[in-house]
This record gives sequence, structure tokens and C-alpha cells, in this order.
Amino acid sequence: MFINTTPIAGETLLPKCLTGIQGLDEITGGGLPKGRPILVCGGPGCGKTLLGMEFLVRGATEFGEPGVFVTFEERPEELAQNVATFGWDLKELETTGKLIIEHIRVERSEIEENGEYDLEGLFIRLGAAVAAVGAKRIVLDTVESLFAALPNELILRAELRRLFGWCKDKGLTAIITGERGDKTLTRHGLEEYVSDCVVDLNLRVKDDVATRRLRIVKYRGSMHGTNEYPFLIGSEGFTVMPITSISLDYATSNERVLTGVERLDAMLDGRGYYQGSSILISGAAGTGKSSLAAAFAKSTCSSGGKCLYFAFEEPVSQIIRNMGSIGMDLGKWMDAGLLKFHASRPTTYGMEMHLLTMYQLVREFEPQAVIIDPISNLSSVGNEDEVKSLLTRFVDFLKGRGVTTLFTDLTSGKTLGEYTEAAISSLMDTWILLRNIETNGERNRALFVLKSRGMEHSNQVREFILSSQGLELADVYLGSEGVLMGSARAAQQAQEREESTRRTQELKKHKRTLLAKRAALESQMAAIRQDLVSMEAEMEAVEAEDTAQLEALATRRDEMARIRKTD
Amino acid sequence: MSEPKNRADDFERALKARDQQHYVLRLYVAGMTPRSIEAISSIKDICEGHLKGRYEIEVIDISERPELAKEQQVLAVPTLIKILPLPLRRFIGSLSDEERILKGLDIQPKK
Repeated sequence: MFINTTPIAGETLLPKCLTGIQGLDEITGGGLPKGRPILVCGGPGCGKTLLGMEFLVRGATEFGEPGVFVTFEERPEELAQNVATFGWDLKELETTGKLIIEHIRVERSEIEENGEYDLEGLFIRLGAAVAAVGAKRIVLDTVESLFAALPNELILRAELRRLFGWCKDKGLTAIITGERGDKTLTRHGLEEYVSDCVVDLNLRVKDDVATRRLRIVKYRGSMHGTNEYPFLIGSEGFTVMPITSISLDYATSNERVLTGVERLDAMLDGRGYYQGSSILISGAAGTGKSSLAAAFAKSTCSSGGKCLYFAFEEPVSQIIRNMGSIGMDLGKWMDAGLLKFHASRPTTYGMEMHLLTMYQLVREFEPQAVIIDPISNLSSVGNEDEVKSLLTRFVDFLKGRGVTTLFTDLTSGKTLGEYTEAAISSLMDTWILLRNIETNGERNRALFVLKSRGMEHSNQVREFILSSQGLELADVYLGSEGVLMGSARAAQQAQEREESTRRTQELKKHKRTLLAKRAALESQMAAIRQDLVSMEAEMEAVEAEDTAQLEALATRRDEMARIRKTD
Repeated sequence: MSEPKNRADDFERALKARDQQHYVLRLYVAGMTPRSIEAISSIKDICEGHLKGRYEIEVIDISERPELAKEQQVLAVPTLIKILPLPLRRFIGSLSDEERILKGLDIQPKK
């Protein structure tokens, strides 16, 4: 948190009173000043009365501090009815002695002034009410009506000053509401008397969308957030949203979740997205963003997880029909209670209301995955900064809960690229880009992983094919004319098949020729070997004859010698 | 030609009745402060002077009975409420201006 609430050693800090109102305690660094009057001012319909009432109801139910609500305008029955929508049962609180609603009605027409007077009657009534429940908190809504009722402003001002002092003396943390004046915070200058803490509420309408904002104008003796914080009046009461109250200290998961498209898992390190990460799927119209989102929803549900789908573009029945046409039966998962849709037009209410609705649904449903389809539509209710701030807070909130979030973003047809409508790419852990590629008289979808933090991811462009069988990714061919997709890819594939068949046939033929050649050679070799054998036999015969002749010659020589009588 | 005469009679009677109307007054004070005492004594003087025999006055100290202050939505003290005759009227202050009270209470001052 951005407000340092650590006490400085040796110093007595201003004691604070927790309001229990979401966010308000954070920006005031621990609540409103205890035992002091607080001025809450704002125009009509800003939520002043509600802020006061919630302060008392929370005090009574959560902090054991009973309270008195002094209403000068609305009747107690009306008040009870008005806040019943927030689930607060004022009657119950009254009967259990935790709250008193004191209705003070004054009508000028009945009153005639004569001589000196004071408002001791008011003090006595408040004193009795405070004593009856042992109140620690009081709301005066709104004392300014006394100005209309009592003719003598001098007396009234003196008495109001005394009243605020009286609250202080009684140790009451008092919320005093006041209608915004022309140039002053309140119409009758109440800020003159209440100077410890002033809270300003306002309601601004911009481009037909109203946003409520709260600002701490001053807070004596305490640090406080000085910005204007958007706040909401939702079904749980008041919620102030300090943008920076959510910090970046959530745990990171190493778990992985499947994308629902087998080859996309393969592109993402073989295991899909990280659990608890934020995923952006951006692309122009008709590139299959919603289909990819639905595939993820289906994948989450089939693994037993819960998925919350915010549809800002199509009604639920239409999404189910459309996804059915590409082989995804989402209705089944809805019936099983694993998939929940929330379809609304972004313009239904302001940005902050969207955020609150999303918060509440996520809290109730506790999903493992959240899909927002598409975020670009939100820009119709807020400017870029507001959308970014909303998404930042939403992403932080979901990451803090370990929810995987998938956003789709419609980029305009002209800027085919790495650009997001809401400039939120830096918030995203994984960014998948879908693109329409038009070649040879047809449009094909291409998918690539632009970034994916913390994992090895494919750098390849894949063709993204939607068919009645489901989603599929196919390799793309790189030819002389660039990337080949669709029918060009099919033609290329057919051509390659043909080529390879031809090549196999040729090889077979060649092999056959070689085999025949070999057989011929082998038979030749056999004949030669036969010649060799007969030749060898002849040679042996010749040699034998030779030896016989030599022997005969020697015998003849010996014979001659014996005849010639040699010695 | 009797109607106008009758009307005049009614008017006469109404005027007479007004002079004899019974007054019920209630004075709210908070403790016996000098202001309370001033208010009590001035209303008593007025009543004694102009409504002798046909008035009731009740003084209520709301510091002792705060619930009565709530019942009549009394904020300022002293507050004087004319319960009867109708209509209900209320006066705040120490009732120091007798003439205005007489006028406010619709009492014919006695010369």
C-alpha cells in the first residue's frame, strides 16, 4: 500500500475509526478520525446518505460500535427501504439496540419566532438517543435543512458550532453531510465548523456514462490519499477503488493449463499457458479470437475447473450456437455448473461498475479461468487510461487469486499488428496474435505467439483452421510468393505428394534395372569360373605330361651313357 | 330576503364564540434557565390578562422528559404550542413580544 501507516516511535498518533467501507479505510490510512466530526459533501445523488448509513451499519455489525442516524430529510421507513437493497436490516439493528434512527422534522411554516431561543431541544434528543444505545458513531443527514427551517441564521450557526463541539465532547465520530454549494464545499459553509476531515463526493457524467468519485479534501493529523478515487454503489454498498492499493506481491504458479488446441500447447513449450497468467488474444474481426477463447473455456471445464466468461459482444445463446458449429458443446459445461456466462453491453454502466460486477462475480463463482471477450469494447465507455486502469486492477485482482485470465482484443483492420486498443500489452504474460492473410483470392487465418513470458515458445507462424471438427493449427509453407496458406497450401501439399510418389516409382525402376544387371553379371561370372576350372584341369594334364617326358628323357640319357661306357 | 340577515347573525355569533374559545397551550422548556422563566412568566401574564378562566397551560421540561420533545418535534426551546383552538401553531423564543403573540394566538386584546 502506498500510505505508510507505521506509527513513529514515541509519537501519539491520531486514533482512527475504521469505517468498514471497502477501500475508504485504505486511502485514509486506517479510517476516519475517531471522536471527531467529518464533513461529507457532494451534490444530490452522490451517495452522502449511503456513506453515512454504511458507516453506522458496519460500525454496529463489524466493530461493535452502536450508532445514531439523525435524519432531517428522509423518513426512517424510507431510509430502511432504501438500504434494504444492500442487505442491511435497519429494523433488526434497531431492535437489537445497535442503531437508532432519529427523525427530526422541521417545517418553517409552522414556526413563529418570538424572542431568544436555542436548540437545546435538539441536543436533548440527540443526547437521549446516544445514551440509549451507547453510541460511538453519529450521522447528521443533513443539518443544513435547519437553515431552511429556522429563520435566525445567527442563532443556528452558533448552535451548530456548539453541536459539533458537543459531538467531540461525547467522543462521537460524527459524519455530517452537506449539499455542495456554488463555490463552497457546502451550501451553508459547514466546512467552517468541521475542519478535521472533509470528504468530497462527486458524480461526473462523461460521454453519457456517469462515474462517481471520492476525494479526501483534508484530513488533519493524518496522511491520506489525495487523488480522486472512483467509487461504486453496488449491491454490497459503497466501494472505493484505490488504484494503487493492490500491490504486485502475489505468488506465481508453475502449474500449466492446456489451451484447448493441441498444437498451440505444443507451441507454448508443449504444456500450454501458465496457471494464473494473463493471456491476450488480439486480432482483426473474424480471426477466431472468440473461438480460441471458447476452446480455452472448454479445456478448463473438461479438466474440472470453473470458467467465468464475460461476453461484451454477443448474447450467451449466440455464443453457444456459434461454438457448437465448430465442434464445441459449451452448453454441457454450463449445465454442469462449470461454465458461467455474464453477457452485458459495455455501455450498460460505467467502467467502475463493470469492474465491481466482475469482482463480485469472481468472488462468488471462484473460477480458475476468466475470459473477457473482448476488452476493446470497453473503450466505448472509457478512454484509454480508464480502460487501462480498470484492466490493471482487474488483472492484479485475478492474479492475486491465481486465476488464469484470457482477454480478446479486437484490433482494427488497418493496423495489422502488434498494437492493442487499450495499450495493455505490457500487462499480458502471453500474447497470441491472429491475423487474416489474403492471398490468391482467399482469406486465411494465421496464428503466432508474439510473446510468452517464462517459457520457451515457438517462433513459427501457423495456419489457424476452424472446422466443424474443432480448432486446428497447420504448418504453413514458405514458397517463392511468401507464406502459403489455405488452398495454396493444399495445392502445395498435393504437389509434394505427387512428387514423392513419382520419385519412389523411379527409384523402384532403377533398383529393378540394377538387379537385372547384377543377375547378368553373376551368370557371366559363373561361366568364366567354369572356363577356369576346365583350364586348370588342362594345365594339370599338361604338367603331368611334361614330367613324364622329362623322366623319359633322363632314362634315355642314362641308357646312352651306359652304352658309351662313360665313367 | 331573510338570508342576509341570517348570515349577519351567524357572523355575530362566531365573533362572540371566538371571544369565549377555550385555549390549550403547551410550553416546552429545557431546565429552569432565565430564558425558560422569562417565557413562563410572559405566557402566564398574557393568559391571565386576556384569557382569564378559559385557558389551560402545561409547562414541560424536556430535559426531564426527552421523549415528549420527540413527540412534538421540539428542537428550539422555549417552544410554545397552541393545541386548541385549531390550527396548531408554534412559537419559539422567550415570548417577549406580547403583541405578536396575541396576534399569533388569535386573541382579541382587551382594552
